[in-house]
Amino acid sequence: MDWRAKAMSLLLLGFVRLLTGAQARWHGCPPKAEQRIYFANHQSHADLVLIWAALPQELRTITRPIAARDYWTASRFRRWITSAVFNAVYVERERKGDEDPLAPLMAALDHGDSLILFPEGTRGHAEDPQPFKSGLYNLALKYPEVVLVPAWIHNVQRVMPKGEVVPVPLLCSVTFGEPVRLGSDEPRADFLQRARAAVMALRDV
Amino acid sequence: MRPFLRSLSPDQQVGLLFALLFGVLLLATMTSVLLSLREHRGADEVPRGRAGGLQDFQALLRSSWLMALVFWIGWAAGDGVATLLFGLLSFLVLREFISLSPTRRGDHRALVLAFFVVLPVQFTLVWTRYFDLFTVFIPVYAFLTIPVLSALGQDPQRFLERNAKLQWGIMVCVYGLSHVPALMLLPFPHFAGRLAFLVFFLVLVVQTCMLVQHLVARRLSDPVVPAISASFHWRSWAAGLFAGSLLGVLLSGLTPFKPLPALAMALVACVAGSLGHLVMKAIKRDRGVTHWGTDGRSVTGAAGLLDRIDALCFAAPVFFHSVRWTFHL
Repeated sequence: MDWRAKAMSLLLLGFVRLLTGAQARWHGCPPKAEQRIYFANHQSHADLVLIWAALPQELRTITRPIAARDYWTASRFRRWITSAVFNAVYVERERKGDEDPLAPLMAALDHGDSLILFPEGTRGHAEDPQPFKSGLYNLALKYPEVVLVPAWIHNVQRVMPKGEVVPVPLLCSVTFGEPVRLGSDEPRADFLQRARAAVMALRDV
Repeated sequence: MRPFLRSLSPDQQVGLLFALLFGVLLLATMTSVLLSLREHRGADEVPRGRAGGLQDFQALLRSSWLMALVFWIGWAAGDGVATLLFGLLSFLVLREFISLSPTRRGDHRALVLAFFVVLPVQFTLVWTRYFDLFTVFIPVYAFLTIPVLSALGQDPQRFLERNAKLQWGIMVCVYGLSHVPALMLLPFPHFAGRLAFLVFFLVLVVQTCMLVQHLVARRLSDPVVPAISASFHWRSWAAGLFAGSLLGVLLSGLTPFKPLPALAMALVACVAGSLGHLVMKAIKRDRGVTHWGTDGRSVTGAAGLLDRIDALCFAAPVFFHSVRWTFHL
């Protein structure tokens, strides 16, 4: 990380903490440097920044968020901040040809990195998260040794609702829950349902 | 004692006061460390109430340290920095208050206005000594502007309720708290450079009243309003007021007041502070939490800053204006 990225990440951390507190609550598992996939509800662009800020420094450096390629590489600044500061993994939102959209994620997992995933695919407006897409299931199937940690991001949609530019200071928190395991020959739909329920259960703890 | 104090310059007097304050805090901290060592030895036999009492005491001690440090920095760096520090404090408590008051999407612009316009303008007015505008800016101008922005958000659902919450947050966390640094700018004749004492007077008197009230309440049962506060009794309240006023008289040498006016001002501040604390408790009960910070079910993450300074938020404006009217400033 060069000095500009380092300065930016410190600045961003300070800003996010002043604005939201960015509190991490570890409920079902300790913060631990093992290979993990954190999966969370998605309601705002700020989700990514919040979960990144809530992780302790040691985990932040080995954990890579997923960013949509079309949005986050549209300008030089967005590209720089996602690649240099967040060290994000880019994915295509639209499927192009027969290329596997999960390929970049698998490359990162093969490399030993942890990931932050929003299995809903897009940002939701409703109270409850939308049904999960099958990417999480496919990764769980292919990498059984990676720990799957559900997370609930609280309050962020109030900080910056869709369509607003100025964020409002409100306390936000990320609750990390007990890891979810893919059962042997568990059907895809059941697993995705269970994972979604695990995320939603963290809302009330 | 008095001639010696009078012979010191204002700066030396304030310095002495800080030395005393930090000395007392240091002693209290050492005592609490020693106590905690003793409690650990027989952890099983220690009654639960006692351990809880020690934790309360330690929390109170922590906030006292924080407050003393904030004041010390404010005094050492001048009025401007002190005002800035109180502005930051106000930002943090307003954040706590709003986090626990459900607002809807339509309130977003009103919230932005509250945090990024009303709050900075209010503290700038304090700093630039526009006292007339400072006292009316929030109750007159912000009072109208905030609901206008919410109305433009096109969401009639629970409109009055949402706006009332927002207005309350601004009144308590911004308007109330901004009167503390404003004390430092009161134009008392022959008292320039020593107005930090007035802030001290207010904070010490109010905190002492709250502390005594809390300690006495522990020995009493049958609270006056059990549905709102388990620790509010008429007797503990009277004890708190008495202790606060007594301290006010003892500290009168530091202030521009003679002993009797000092007693009256201290009493006014204590009544406002302790009753304000009770009101904030009622709001917390309404929201279903016991602390403004995180506790049990609450999902947000801050240490309840508002719990510690809510009495001050109510006492400061009442004290400020009582002083202003009484002394024709």
